[in-house]
Amino acid sequence: MTLKFTKDHEYVRVDGDVATIGITDYAQQQLGDVVFVELPAVGKQVAAGAEAAVVESVKAASEVFAPVAGEIVEVNSALEAAPATVNEDPAGKGWFMKIRLKDKAELDALMSQADYDAFLKTLD
Amino acid sequence: MASPAADAPLLATPLAERHRALGARMVPFAGYDMPVQYPTGILTEHQWTRASAGLFDVSHMGQAFLVPDDGRHETAAAALEALCPADMLNLKPAQQRYSQFLAEDGGILDDFMTTRTGEGPEGSLYLVVNAGCKEADYAHLNAKLPANVKLRRADDLALIALQGPKAEAVLAAHIPDISSLAFMTSRRATIAGAQAQISRSGYTGEDGFEISIAADRAGDLWDLLLTDERVKPIGLGARDSLRLEAGLCLYGHDIDVTTSPVEAALVWSMQKRRREGGGFPGADRIQRELQNGASRQRVGFSFEGRAPAREGAEVRAEGRRIGVVTSGGFGPTVNAPVAMGYVETAFARPGVKVEIIVRDKPLAATVAAMPFAPHHYKR
Repeated sequence: MTLKFTKDHEYVRVDGDVATIGITDYAQQQLGDVVFVELPAVGKQVAAGAEAAVVESVKAASEVFAPVAGEIVEVNSALEAAPATVNEDPAGKGWFMKIRLKDKAELDALMSQADYDAFLKTLD
Repeated sequence: MASPAADAPLLATPLAERHRALGARMVPFAGYDMPVQYPTGILTEHQWTRASAGLFDVSHMGQAFLVPDDGRHETAAAALEALCPADMLNLKPAQQRYSQFLAEDGGILDDFMTTRTGEGPEGSLYLVVNAGCKEADYAHLNAKLPANVKLRRADDLALIALQGPKAEAVLAAHIPDISSLAFMTSRRATIAGAQAQISRSGYTGEDGFEISIAADRAGDLWDLLLTDERVKPIGLGARDSLRLEAGLCLYGHDIDVTTSPVEAALVWSMQKRRREGGGFPGADRIQRELQNGASRQRVGFSFEGRAPAREGAEVRAEGRRIGVVTSGGFGPTVNAPVAMGYVETAFARPGVKVEIIVRDKPLAATVAAMPFAPHHYKR
């Protein structure tokens, strides 16, 4: 299993040719209390870097971008009724969507855990 | 709202170090380094204020006095009445009132609270104005006040709000007779070893107090109130969601130089004597709007779904644009999205169905009476 990160604070957990996308613990902390999540339709094709979902805190709306291209094969509909799950367990039950990868080589452009940790240090 | 140059150094309130020590996330707001939230987050802070008592540092707001040369309330009141549409002459001693500074065309330059604080040589009206507008307000006052009324800035005062159903009991531990203070009145009292001016008012829809105290004593007062386990510090994030649920306007968003008090549904803040007698900037327009109705009205919106609409979202009905959202977000107390904005007057009735466009999609919404969360003032 491969774990990758984007500069927009999404994580990509790859299992076979399916990537689970969510936002990092840093991202949920920055957002604050999540009150609404809008998820894409299953079956939709998304391009890498395209807006795929929306997450809203009390204060503001933010986009969640698809870090990799592919087909949306599953979404975490439980978030619609329990958006606070994104705050409570971003890396686990707070995942947003699963994408069937179009091109695994796209993963190479993303950050490793060590790269992402180093990136976070530059933000403080 | 006047926004200071991006490179200007941020101003700090006397409590800024305390906010940092409490773990607040600090953000620039109206030129000040302010706490937007503490570690528990906006939802918890919002709900704590509705259930117990929230403590707010609002020292960024402008505090000032109008001082008449002759010490007479009538002199100061007449000078203020020339700039705003509220009845200041008939304020009773210690009474507080909400009003707006108006431009010549009746647009709102700022909204403010004023209190008749005393008589004699100190006799004056005490003003609290928005942080982002205060320099412009003071310039406006200095330009427009008659020679016999002086503006005295009180930049040496801090302002701390204590809001929520337990605010009275918390304050009564230090000022036993504070429960007798009526809504929208003000008095002097000693607290934390210092003299303070305490008003029974606020910006949350809850019962509560605003305490004006010397900046160098504000830290002691803040610390003292926080020792009470019923009190938690509350940041600007929850202050915004609380006032939105209470249906209260935020200057620069829900009201500005383009909106009149009639359009903004603030007719309640213009007493009959002023509405009929005029004598304030923009009286022609405002009296015409009172007579014939304004072309648009500030209203609330409630939503069928869970997606919040934000400031700037278009409001549509009958297949066309009829208005715009000026404030919107999630209301933690009503547990649903809430918003306010302006619509053409024909649509400004509770129950009217509209569509609000969010991310290019129409959300089903309804024009709603405000407040969204009932007020709990101690009248």
